[in-house]
Amino acid sequence: MIRASAYTFKILRFDRKEPGDKARFQSYRVRIIPGLTILAVLNRIRDEIDGTLSFRSSCRSAVCGSCAMVINGRIDLACRTQAASFGTDTIILEPLPNMDIIKDLVVDMTRFWTMYEKVKPWLYRSGPDPEKEIGQTEDARALIDQFVHCILCACCYGACPVISRDPEYLGPAALAKLERFVLDSRDERPRSALNEVNSEHGVWGCDTALKCIEACPKNVRPTDAIIDLRKRLFIDKARQFLGIRK
Amino acid sequence: MITRSHDVVIVGGGLAGLRAAVGLCEKYDVALFSKVHPIRSHSIAAQGGINAALGNNPDSADDSWEKHAFDTIKGSDYLADQDAVEIMCREAPGIVYEMEHWGCPFSRFSDGSIAQRPFGGAGYPRTCYSADLTGHVLLNTLFEKAVSLGVKIYPEWHVTALAVDENACHGVAAFDLMNGELVSVDAKATLFATGGYGRVYFYSTNALINTGSGIGMAYKAGVPLKDMEFVQFHPTGLIGTNILMTEACRGEGGYLINSQGERFMQKYAPKAMELAPRDIVSRSIQTEINAGRCFEHPLGSYIRLDLMHLGEKKILEKLPGIRDICIDFIGIDPIREPIPIMPCQHYSMGGIDTDVTAATGVQGFFAAGECACVSVHGGNRLGGNSLLETIVFGKIAARSIDKYLSAVSVSPKKDMCVRTVEAVRAKIEHFLAGGKEKTFQLHGELARVMSKHVGIFRTLSGAEAALDEIEALRERYRNAGISSPSMHMNYELMNAIELEYMFDVALSIARGALLREESRGAHSRTDFPKRDDEKWLKHSIARISGDGHPDISLRDVTITRYKPMERTY
Repeated sequence: MIRASAYTFKILRFDRKEPGDKARFQSYRVRIIPGLTILAVLNRIRDEIDGTLSFRSSCRSAVCGSCAMVINGRIDLACRTQAASFGTDTIILEPLPNMDIIKDLVVDMTRFWTMYEKVKPWLYRSGPDPEKEIGQTEDARALIDQFVHCILCACCYGACPVISRDPEYLGPAALAKLERFVLDSRDERPRSALNEVNSEHGVWGCDTALKCIEACPKNVRPTDAIIDLRKRLFIDKARQFLGIRK
Repeated sequence: MITRSHDVVIVGGGLAGLRAAVGLCEKYDVALFSKVHPIRSHSIAAQGGINAALGNNPDSADDSWEKHAFDTIKGSDYLADQDAVEIMCREAPGIVYEMEHWGCPFSRFSDGSIAQRPFGGAGYPRTCYSADLTGHVLLNTLFEKAVSLGVKIYPEWHVTALAVDENACHGVAAFDLMNGELVSVDAKATLFATGGYGRVYFYSTNALINTGSGIGMAYKAGVPLKDMEFVQFHPTGLIGTNILMTEACRGEGGYLINSQGERFMQKYAPKAMELAPRDIVSRSIQTEINAGRCFEHPLGSYIRLDLMHLGEKKILEKLPGIRDICIDFIGIDPIREPIPIMPCQHYSMGGIDTDVTAATGVQGFFAAGECACVSVHGGNRLGGNSLLETIVFGKIAARSIDKYLSAVSVSPKKDMCVRTVEAVRAKIEHFLAGGKEKTFQLHGELARVMSKHVGIFRTLSGAEAALDEIEALRERYRNAGISSPSMHMNYELMNAIELEYMFDVALSIARGALLREESRGAHSRTDFPKRDDEKWLKHSIARISGDGHPDISLRDVTITRYKPMERTY
């Protein structure tokens, strides 16, 4: 027999459409069985206790990136986090930081997507396409693997200390996406394309506090991307200085 | 009321919708509506791969699109329209190369070509893949392409009704979830790429958003549905959460083992074993479970999917996503332990009745992807053919919408769209009037009825019981209410609106299952265990009748060169 235990969920409530609304925690008591995920509990709370609660969800299997939030102080996907994994019967849920709250656990991700678009996240090709595939070795492909794994959930964006003081900062996800293309053996973007990120709002803004790596549910290391992009810019500068062309 | 106008409205931001948008956006004012951000669409969850006869695998040098077509048609239990299958399989290599040119990071063979793995029901290893994240990389690539072309996207806009009169489509009623506004959107052409209906079932691998509401909206607006009784059950869903364990687990060599330690597929498909088509493997697993040759767990009876003999290196290289899911969701590392699985609803073979150009019987209304039924999958879809269908028919839909808009001058009736929005508003007011029934409860009961009575094995009495129970639930739905009048980010309200359409989908499935007195593909009637080509080599077409019930008629299957044969593996 599986035994259910009682938990208290304290969930941050806020509605930006309600004039004068102040963010506050609301408590819900639920009995749950071990193994139940935070998302499954949220669905139960909305269905059975409080239909006014808002949160995003879709795949419930940690691949779509909808349900990132702060769970007992830790940023993660609600669908892959088990309620029983904290060693406490009180779970505190808050929306992702660094973005405005629309309602409860739903944040406005407009700026996150704007930053994503700014790095021109697509494969650049200069000539006509070959008849078949563009050849690529498995080793060359494996180089981009970790950045390909990004699910754009914005866990890193929420965790980044730079964004909290500089909203114009591109952020870890967008820069990791840029690195995914820069590292791709098939990509032919001109070297000058990196000028876009050669600023304090770009790669030089990162504090290398590594919070993004800690927050990523998919083991992506955005800081590695940022360091590599910095190296590339530095090497370009050095070449220009020494008059080396290529 | 807020109104908007576009040349083309595309509903759904998965692979089919994005591919159509990419094909049209440079010539027309295209708007893509998606109830979640497009990157959250269910295409993202596809794991195993996409089929195309590239012949890259050393074992498949003599593969051809014709052989791909034959496997697909045999897999469909001869219900697929063969002209449609031929189009899809012929286009497949070009589609895969195009996605690769746009950046898709496929896994590679040592010669640098796109890697291909064996998949169920296929005579050759022709499934192109990127580890076990093929949907993820394809959707990202198409989204990136759409961003590069500046496709106009309305993210988190939930289309709630289709505006059709006099057999012509004028646009949609849309619900801007962030701002809580109902908006009338008229368009010269409308494409539905709204995905499948998995959540009509209790045990489903599908995302929570896969309600099938798009199919229901089309049906409600008078567009016929096709072959709705054909529902795919995937052999290997994780017990409990029912998250998909890709067919690539078996493609890479995984075994299915019962409680007696047998690889029981030798009894059911001695040649193909674990790589028989999904309908056969799912029935075999269910038969073992029903006979008690299974394992027990508080989450349900199960069979083992054993990958341990593949070794750590292969699992980490080829099935990393599967390993992560097993660790995160059931605390099992497949390198060291077998995976507990059960068959779960997975895919909608049936859907909105379209022809090979993605056109429907309604002027200006098109459909593509899982919500549509062309039919390329017939009675049973082969693994690796759904990703293919979404992109091929997304592209074809773009072509045929272009042709349609070039040939005729269309002026959509704006007032018709406004009236459609008013009808949605009236429904919402009805929910706000405070009915006692809770939609999550009705949804849960509906899903249990479908899994119980219209699941892997079906009977006359089961289908009748399903119809009665769905009807009773629909009656209770009249008294459904919601808690909050607030219109924005009100997911309870969104669920309430969608549930109406889920009843329509469920009724059409159950009605089809009741009428089709044979067993073909995924439709298995224990009281009619044989395929009956004489009577039933036909599509079933469901049209809404005056009282809302589906009227079903039959249509011949298109046969080109592949004569129906007995299906053995």
